[in-house]
Amino acid sequence: MGDFMTKRFTRAALFGAAFALAFGGIMAPASAQRDPAYASARAAGQIGEKMDGYIGIVGSETAELRRIVNDINIKRRAVYSQRAQANNATLEEYALTAGCQAILATSPGEKYQAPDGSWQTRTSAPPMRDSRCP
Amino acid sequence: MRTRELTDHEGRATTRSMQGMAGMNGLKISAVAGLASLALSGCVTVEAPTEPIVIELNVNIRQEVIYRLAEDAGNTIEENADIF
Repeated sequence: MGDFMTKRFTRAALFGAAFALAFGGIMAPASAQRDPAYASARAAGQIGEKMDGYIGIVGSETAELRRIVNDINIKRRAVYSQRAQANNATLEEYALTAGCQAILATSPGEKYQAPDGSWQTRTSAPPMRDSRCP
Repeated sequence: MRTRELTDHEGRATTRSMQGMAGMNGLKISAVAGLASLALSGCVTVEAPTEPIVIELNVNIRQEVIYRLAEDAGNTIEENADIF
């Protein structure tokens, strides 16, 4: 009886672990990739990385671009707010730091905001960043 | 004046207070003179030194904070690649 129960528990535990692994395996890549609309607008230079840690519309504004930008920025703000609190920093301080890193992480051809506020196209050279950026 | 202050015990309190007032008057006169000269030379010279100092302090504080947060922010970007 005891042996039977142990086996049942072991099987249940193994099944649970396998399920979690499979579920996690499916979920992780889905959340780690950019939304196709965002990715293409970014690659086309319609959306750029701003100094303040958020993204902005580079050229003329459309309803679709505004939707994408607002969606991403709301999500970023939620993450910044959480991380800022964990690091005893303000939302603006954390967002600005993330902006430094996000501009540095842009690929050649993508747009970013220079310290003078102008939009620049990233080349293979280091981006023009705020003097306070690490 | 000084010798009289040391020798004349009775008059000491009043002499002192008078001296104090005289000193204040001197200060007031020099302050008025200073303000007058500033007003004549223009207000820009008064305002200019105070503002940049404040901005400079902010820059220094923020840069320290940015350096402290840099590693965490880098990890956050990697972990949330879908929104960056």
